[in-house]
Amino acid sequence: MKNHVLRPLWCALAAIALILIVRHFMVPDDFGVNGESFTYGFHRLSNVDEWQDFKAKYKGREYCQECHEENVAEASTSKHQLIQCENCHGPAIDHPDAPETLVIDTSRELCLRCHASLSYPDSPRAKIKAIDPDRHNTDTSCIECHNPHNPNLEEG
Amino acid sequence: MSCSRRKLLKSALSASVAASLPISAFRFLSPAECKAATGTEGTRWGFLVDTNKCVGCGFCVKACKKENEVPYEAPVTRTWVERYVVTKNNKLHIDSPLGGRDGFTDQKIRGEEIDPAEIAKTFFVPKLCNQCENPACVQVCPVGATYQTGDGVVLVDRDWCIGCGYCIMACPYGARFFHPVHKVAEKCTFCYHRISNGQQTACVEACPFEARRIGNLLDQNDPVTKIIMTERVAVLKDEYGTKPQVFYLGLDRNVR
Repeated sequence: MKNHVLRPLWCALAAIALILIVRHFMVPDDFGVNGESFTYGFHRLSNVDEWQDFKAKYKGREYCQECHEENVAEASTSKHQLIQCENCHGPAIDHPDAPETLVIDTSRELCLRCHASLSYPDSPRAKIKAIDPDRHNTDTSCIECHNPHNPNLEEG
Repeated sequence: MSCSRRKLLKSALSASVAASLPISAFRFLSPAECKAATGTEGTRWGFLVDTNKCVGCGFCVKACKKENEVPYEAPVTRTWVERYVVTKNNKLHIDSPLGGRDGFTDQKIRGEEIDPAEIAKTFFVPKLCNQCENPACVQVCPVGATYQTGDGVVLVDRDWCIGCGYCIMACPYGARFFHPVHKVAEKCTFCYHRISNGQQTACVEACPFEARRIGNLLDQNDPVTKIIMTERVAVLKDEYGTKPQVFYLGLDRNVR
């Protein structure tokens, strides 16, 4: 066959070989169809483990209880028993190692998430005692009077 | 051709046995049907949102952002809470400031004061990725960076995603967004690192009112599965055929 016919053929074959070699090194071994569905299961399998190994930050009430038994006990009998410690105290992560101390959110804004008055009579929001944030002791922090672990003013 | 008495009786007997077998015994089952029929093995994560219980405190959004390292100040979030106020003239007011991250503390909606006397109904609707059985976002991914795990959660491979944004456009629920730090597509993972290790998702744990719950749909004794099977639940945008696995109690027709 003539040289001018073969030359592009060799070029094409070389290009294909190059792509295959690059693909061999670029694409991980575990990449492919995993599971039953080709449409939804085409992926790198080890990524599932990577997501499972993601670090959890919120530890839950039981974790807090290990050291702060009294505080958990107090909060667990009050009307605020529904609220997780970390909603106000912030995620524990590796506390007490890192961070050594948690920054507690004592802002009015935090309390107002539930206790700002909205006139929605059919919403479950209406069942929560609420204040008008523009009128109720505007320049005072809520925790000056209300104990968040036991918010009932008569008892607390 | 000869036929002995023994052979005739044998053939007659086998023919009558074969004829007595019901046709249904030969029905071919799909793999999914086989799986369902062989018991409760395996996991299929499902989510239940009770809109009757949500008060719009936004603790779920806050917890999600901190747990999953979604930039706190950026206007993107994996889960969000929408407020719906329907007035008596049948006008709909919807808002979700910062995805409801700081809760709903103001009566005003998008700067508009609404007369309480005019309000017909109000409700809060928490939203998150529906972890669809037929996820449109996975179908459109050109590189295989997003996929469905064996237990039905749709994840994104951050090393493999090229950030083209097709999936963000394809999701009918607007559940995906572009991660401002990793520069890849980002979405709710049902806190895959938590549920795989026997914990609740961060949003479920943070919710004080049990408006959010997660369970294994293949486990008939799971309390969440029981509610989904026995009570009247709805899904969002059923007509898209995506088969969402996030179920809603008390969903209003105005919610889309």
